[in-house]
Amino acid sequence: MDKEIYATESLVKVSKTTCYMCACRCGIDVHIKDNEVVHIEGNRDHPVNKGVLCAKGASGIFQHKAASRLKKPLRRVGERGEGKFEEISWDEALKIAVEWLSPIRKKSPEKLVFYTGRDQSQSFTGWWAQKFGTPNYAAHGGFCSVNMAAAGIYTMGGSFWEFGSPDWDKTELMLLFGVAEDHDSNPIKRGLGKLKNRGAKVIAINPVRTGYNSVADQWLGIRPGTDGLLVLSIVHTLLKKKKIDLDYLQSFTNSPFLVSVTSTNDRKGLFLKDKEGCPLVIDHFSGELKRFSDKGVRPSLTKSYSNEDGSYKTVFSLLTEKYLDNAYSPKLVAPQCGLKEEQILRLADDIALTAFNKSIYIDQSWVDFRGEKRSGFTGRPVSFHAMRGISAHSNGFQTCRAIHLLQILIGSVDVPGGFRYKPPYPKPFDAHPRPHFKFSPDSELDGPHLGYISGPEDLAYTEDGKPARIDKGFTWENPMSSHGLMHTVISNCHSGDPYKIDTLFLYMANMAWNSSMNTEETIKKLTERDPDSGAYRIPRIIYSDSYYSETVAYADLILPDTTYLERYDCISLLDRPIGEPDQVSDAIRWPVVKPDRDVRSFQDVLLQLGVMLELPGMVDSDKRPLFEDYADYMQRHQRRPGIGPLAGFRGETNTDCGRGDISLNQIDNYIKNGGFWSEKIPDEAQYYKPWNRAYQKWAVEMGFYDKEEPFVFQIYLEPLAKLQNYHQLPDNLKPQKHLFERIDEKMDPLPIWWSNHDPKKVKQYPIHAITQRPAAMYHSWGSQNVWLRQIHGSNKLFVSKGIWKEKNFKDGDWARLTSENSSIVVPVALMKSQNEDTVWTWNAIGKRKGSWALDENVEEANEGFIINHLISDLLPKNDSGYRYSNSDPITGQAAWYDLLVNIEKVDNPSKVSLPQFPVLSSPVNVGVDKKK
Amino acid sequence: MTKLPKCEDKKLGLLIDLDTCVGCHGCVVSCKEWNSSGGEKQLSDINSHQKDPVGTFLNRVHSYERENSCTNEAETFYFPRSCLHCEDAPCVTVCPTGASYKREEDGIVLVNEDDCMGCGLCAWACPYGARELDLVSGVMKKCTLCVDRIYSEELPPEDRVPVCVKSCPTGARAFGDFNDPNSDVSKKVKERGGVDLMPEMQTKPVNKYLLPRIKSKNSVSSVGSVVEEETDATGLLGWVDRALSKF
Repeated sequence: MDKEIYATESLVKVSKTTCYMCACRCGIDVHIKDNEVVHIEGNRDHPVNKGVLCAKGASGIFQHKAASRLKKPLRRVGERGEGKFEEISWDEALKIAVEWLSPIRKKSPEKLVFYTGRDQSQSFTGWWAQKFGTPNYAAHGGFCSVNMAAAGIYTMGGSFWEFGSPDWDKTELMLLFGVAEDHDSNPIKRGLGKLKNRGAKVIAINPVRTGYNSVADQWLGIRPGTDGLLVLSIVHTLLKKKKIDLDYLQSFTNSPFLVSVTSTNDRKGLFLKDKEGCPLVIDHFSGELKRFSDKGVRPSLTKSYSNEDGSYKTVFSLLTEKYLDNAYSPKLVAPQCGLKEEQILRLADDIALTAFNKSIYIDQSWVDFRGEKRSGFTGRPVSFHAMRGISAHSNGFQTCRAIHLLQILIGSVDVPGGFRYKPPYPKPFDAHPRPHFKFSPDSELDGPHLGYISGPEDLAYTEDGKPARIDKGFTWENPMSSHGLMHTVISNCHSGDPYKIDTLFLYMANMAWNSSMNTEETIKKLTERDPDSGAYRIPRIIYSDSYYSETVAYADLILPDTTYLERYDCISLLDRPIGEPDQVSDAIRWPVVKPDRDVRSFQDVLLQLGVMLELPGMVDSDKRPLFEDYADYMQRHQRRPGIGPLAGFRGETNTDCGRGDISLNQIDNYIKNGGFWSEKIPDEAQYYKPWNRAYQKWAVEMGFYDKEEPFVFQIYLEPLAKLQNYHQLPDNLKPQKHLFERIDEKMDPLPIWWSNHDPKKVKQYPIHAITQRPAAMYHSWGSQNVWLRQIHGSNKLFVSKGIWKEKNFKDGDWARLTSENSSIVVPVALMKSQNEDTVWTWNAIGKRKGSWALDENVEEANEGFIINHLISDLLPKNDSGYRYSNSDPITGQAAWYDLLVNIEKVDNPSKVSLPQFPVLSSPVNVGVDKKK
Repeated sequence: MTKLPKCEDKKLGLLIDLDTCVGCHGCVVSCKEWNSSGGEKQLSDINSHQKDPVGTFLNRVHSYERENSCTNEAETFYFPRSCLHCEDAPCVTVCPTGASYKREEDGIVLVNEDDCMGCGLCAWACPYGARELDLVSGVMKKCTLCVDRIYSEELPPEDRVPVCVKSCPTGARAFGDFNDPNSDVSKKVKERGGVDLMPEMQTKPVNKYLLPRIKSKNSVSSVGSVVEEETDATGLLGWVDRALSKF
């Protein structure tokens, strides 16, 4: 609603739009007086935040008015990295971009490398890249949380956060793994408040006790990277005590599926299926082989089977054998995790007793996927949430799978009191697209870039056997890299591996600073010239951002973006959705104020470029624009017939939801409705969604998918077994030999845990170093924000009690922190409530001198620091001389938190953090205080 | 010296739950924003883009670490601090110009900025450090309990609460009349044992705090323990078969 609500000296107007200070996307009421934003408050009607607002959201006013905002398109005039630019017109800027991009598209579209950082319009930017024809597109998921997304989608058709959340109203016990004060922000805070109010119990598992972890009823200060082992030890204990949900396992998971266990069978590790490809099980009562999905079948969890090809065991038998192994006993596991045996036993008891002795039953009949009527929803009121502390390790995918295994064993997924999906999820991996990467001159790509592979047949190689993508996504090195690997892009563009590129086009990602590993080296790669030609190794860089970040200085052409209050956006179901477990929602942003600078929304600019480049889908056969601008695209683009970027207010009368004709009043209706749209899930469809016919029918009606997609939970992940069967493949499709061992060891179809560290390395670098974002700054660009920098203006390295004592640190001391990669000098402070072998700091407080419209003497650029310099983007050479990227071997997720260091006190410190870099010149002036 | 009225009708204030506050600073920034949002209201920021940035805030959150003697564990907790609207407010009685005053009708402590000469005596007298002298305007600033929101006729009724209460994502802040035994805040104070901050100062603060609950000991389950004979793989599979036969 856009209305005038209160009078002071002159009228204040309140416009309702969507926040962009982090990735939660809360509803906000923007108070505007004389076309100036004066106040931002939470929208009470909005499903995400219900009126609350965090520190970032409330400081959005200074993001909108930031001194660091870029004002006009810029062309580099100095050397790359100096920060010297000249202002140019938009006509000129677009002309330059087209002059660069047009020949690329005609000859070799893969030479455009387009990565979009914290983009909230990925379904649009991905579509644009697809139409351009480059296979080289992704956003920042690969260095953020792809381990969560991939493990969740593969295992159970949805992960934490955008895919689902704890049932805050009914859960009795919640476990938080590796969650700082972020990811996500307000929904978790609101949820924790509800749990506190009801007296439900919260257990936090995290090396550092701050924020959410500080209010938890119990805290386990675990050693970083060992959560998977802890979880599997709980699984071990629950199996031993027979505290698992057999009905759930038998009905809804692949535990009764039969796995070939005969090593001579060329389908070893794969499921027994009939000719139509339907998995077979043994009926518990008749002993006959049946299709799992047949009516009346009660699959056996235990019975083995043999035929002429060999023998088969149920997934359940395999998991029993695996996890009952003594290696997972709490006694052996506890010391590895830095915990006590009793703590693990107690966790298992809490989980078991809450799940089974406090179970919930909701009397509501429903029909399952076999067509059998069930009388109610049984609930196990134990819920889990996990985030970057799990995902940012190289064992993160398997660890996250282990957490899902635990949730599934106790029957707590999409049940009352457990974890609940948010529509349009659940959606199984095989209902998602496969990766597409086939490029050819002057053509669009053969489909969407990112997706989920089913086996080696979906890997992204060109016909000559080279990786098709510059980031080597979807190759044997990281086959399930569903979000790409943005952290490898600069390095690979620089070395021309797997091929040389022409233009690197980045949006909203601070890759020359806190968003890259090995920042010092990354800066060199951005600026290094070929000694023969004298040209930059990365020939051209285009960058779009709203602010003068460190990365702007490294681009040749800058396309200045608007702020979030000056633009249209759609928070689309085709993208990363918002929503709550009992309703589907989407939302918009719209220009609540006009820009006072010569800037354009990046999405509008992409469409303009698309028209000038005559990209399919953006121009008609006469080369006339198909869309006036991004707002027009939001209303008129159709991904499939009747399905567009916005699901609400469709059709002639603006009353259709999900599917419906185009409406030219759709945005107006969103604005009238407070900037969002919501539709409640029918009561019968609220739980057990993957197997609930009423939900499946509703999901098809709403257009989440075109046919019903019931599925079983993949406790055993067959696509991994297919990868492990690489020996069966013809030689030209096999992985390189040096990868064999890693595939054999790490791509286990059942969740496993391994230590991320070589014991020799641990001796030299015995301390874990991790980071987290403060609640007031997570995912925001925020530390130049006038108010937020008064709260978190500089950071220190927090040192545990033992290390503090051992190194004889005192308040005000400085330390040298050294990793295999590099060394930094930083200020230290004591913090007792953290894991003993860990040091940590707030991430991305440190700034480079000259950036962000800050004076060069600010704390952020002098005492403040980032630990990215210590984190190598490539691992040391292995036995065959190959350097893997510092990533999860399955998904390619950046392993930020695998970092090990040693620490030494610095005598007579200069009190400036090291390394320091030359001061950047700036196209924007240092900010000045607001006048009275 | 300014006299304190007897507030017999209403005692408006905040109830802050330290067991729930996650230290996100949402209240801090919302407060700053509402109270500097155009018009007459300004809270200054000095050195906004320079070294030593310093601004006026009416509400701040401090982080503390303590070693809990019950659990022998170190704990972190967050402490939001703003004016407590004391019944015996020393900041009012110390004010030489009468600029600081306490309202009879609802007990809110305010500053009449036109009469304030910025002498700082009130800040010195306040044992809680809840007042800040704005270095640009030269007058004393403090929490007004959003007096321009709670009595607003223009804002929707549900928004007529202090902005820190509305914005708090965890719901750790509540607003109400502590003089009314049936108000939500009074009931909660009774139920959870709400406390005065530094009662020994005898300021009789209206605002109350709910203390962090004792965290449960790490070695004992809060719901009991599973009494079940432990099994091996063969035993488990046998049990599963028997159990599935019952369905």
